[in-house]
Amino acid sequence: MSPRTVELELATPGLDAQGRPVRVPLGVRRAYEAARDVMATGEEHMLVNIGPQHPATHGVLRLVVELDGEVVRRVIPHVGYLHSGFEKLGEYRHYNQIIPLTDRTDYLSPMANNVCLAMAAEKLMGITITERCTVLRVIACEMSRIISHLVWLGTTGIDLGAFTPFLWSFNERERVYNLQEAWTGARLTTSLTRVGGMMADVPEGWEDGLRDFCRTFPATLREVDAMLTRNAIWCGRTQGVGAISAEEAINYSLSGPMLRASGVDYDVRKDRPYLDYETYDFDVPVGEHGDIYDRYLVRLEEMAQSVRILEQALDRLAGLKGAPINVDDPRVILPAKRRAMSDMEAMIFHFKQVMDGVPAPPGEAYLGIENPKGELGYYFVSDGTAKPVRWRIRPPSFINLACLPKLCEGVLLSDVIAINASVDIVMGEIDR
Amino acid sequence: MSGARASADALAARFGPAVLRRGESCGDTIVWVDRDRAHEVLAWLRDDPEQRFDYLTDLTAVDYRDPEQPLEVVYQLRALARRVDLRVKVPLDKAEPLSVPSVYDLWKGADWLEREVYDLFGVDFPGHPDLRRILMWETYREGHPLRKDFPLRGHYSRSEQTRQALAANPEAHYSLEELSIAEAFDDLPADVRERLQRGERGAVP
Repeated sequence: MSPRTVELELATPGLDAQGRPVRVPLGVRRAYEAARDVMATGEEHMLVNIGPQHPATHGVLRLVVELDGEVVRRVIPHVGYLHSGFEKLGEYRHYNQIIPLTDRTDYLSPMANNVCLAMAAEKLMGITITERCTVLRVIACEMSRIISHLVWLGTTGIDLGAFTPFLWSFNERERVYNLQEAWTGARLTTSLTRVGGMMADVPEGWEDGLRDFCRTFPATLREVDAMLTRNAIWCGRTQGVGAISAEEAINYSLSGPMLRASGVDYDVRKDRPYLDYETYDFDVPVGEHGDIYDRYLVRLEEMAQSVRILEQALDRLAGLKGAPINVDDPRVILPAKRRAMSDMEAMIFHFKQVMDGVPAPPGEAYLGIENPKGELGYYFVSDGTAKPVRWRIRPPSFINLACLPKLCEGVLLSDVIAINASVDIVMGEIDR
Repeated sequence: MSGARASADALAARFGPAVLRRGESCGDTIVWVDRDRAHEVLAWLRDDPEQRFDYLTDLTAVDYRDPEQPLEVVYQLRALARRVDLRVKVPLDKAEPLSVPSVYDLWKGADWLEREVYDLFGVDFPGHPDLRRILMWETYREGHPLRKDFPLRGHYSRSEQTRQALAANPEAHYSLEELSIAEAFDDLPADVRERLQRGERGAVP
């Protein structure tokens, strides 16, 4: 082995007890040598920089890949290009004012983030929401799951050279976005929920549009299934690539489809139910091999299960026509504009809430929900004022992405793109 | 939730004074643990056959508005098979250097989470293999943004930030790791190598 290679058998910088920079050896050498036995191409190593401005990194992710021929020796992800300090900003805002920030974290499923934030604040304040609000939030969560998985499906297909599923999935996604826009007035910055209720009820006749979607969307799923699931190229690119075992997936704190594809049966909706998910009839797909292919199968089936949940939720919504969406508590929910302008007491409540916010009792609450990317958790610490001491986002794709160097040990360069796509990252949430 | 309370009781029975306090908030069970024995307690929670908290849901820190109150490192643990959640907190006195042993050897998922806490709060995690900034850039010098003594708009004005960015050496944008690889290939420009040899940006090994 040439001295250069030995040089490169390096390590990563760290600090010793005295604060001096030292080299800490990395454990990738074994996997590298196993890979090299198969594809030895010489001693030359190449450093390839992918991103941050690269379409296959799904945002501003930067990967520094060390290559031996075509075999990946090491992947060093660099994140933070989109860091906006949301958690710091949240400490200077009332609970309801944080909701617009959550739109911009996981911007592929903004409504689900809104729901999680409202629920975390309600857990902190001990508020029980109304039945109609619960059903509306379930609909928001499942719509978000479908649009997020459709983006994943389309972009992953493109990364692997399949263009058609992208057109199909974005066509369907557009229909959900139209519904979302009709409900919230926005395609991205939905800010749908409020602590104790919703920003708005669904407009008249909106349910018919969603029912129509639920009826026709499974046909598209079947088409994608027919095109990809037994496709030789798709299977060749995804089966056995980027696999991670159940024990390792747990040890790396993976969540969502990444965890379930490895065979770990944990879904927050089933195992720590919120929004009455335990009363809905749906199945949780669990993979076996933990590779890209199983992640694809899990996400595809999750979309079909979301349609099932949406249909049940729509039935419940029809039974709750005209029921209130907000809790009946003037300290938490703003009075109707008409009342605030005509009724003295309502105007005082309006003023107090807008100026002082809603104080939360001292304490802390962590609430995790099953977001499309994994378990999204919001952790609030309150000191009794209307602004949180700490607002922590448990970002599922940040934690899932942290195992990318592990998944990419000894694979080929083209597989790095496939593995990165299979993690389903969204940089707004990773960098926050 | 009773499962978490039983775990907290078992922890107190086994570790005695190392468990500083037990509490509950909004239905979540919380245990405060002494810094010096935190790693031991967490390892026990993971490995004990009765507990099996094998999943690190989240690792973060809380800096309180009251400057007297200690900074807390928060571990959200989960026993995946038993579906039990437990929150372990390690208070760190702000008068002393903020440091708590890394749990990277217990949960690999702690890698980036500890880097984030180091980056945003300045807590040191001895035992972590690669503790460097993650969300802020490596040469960021304004401190640790999520600390309460850090102003919302940062320490430096926009013009000062621009001035510093323009004055920075090109090597400041690369990690020591990347510089060391470039050095191995003889790819470093002469002036960059000269500055590195003077030790202006650490030494290339």
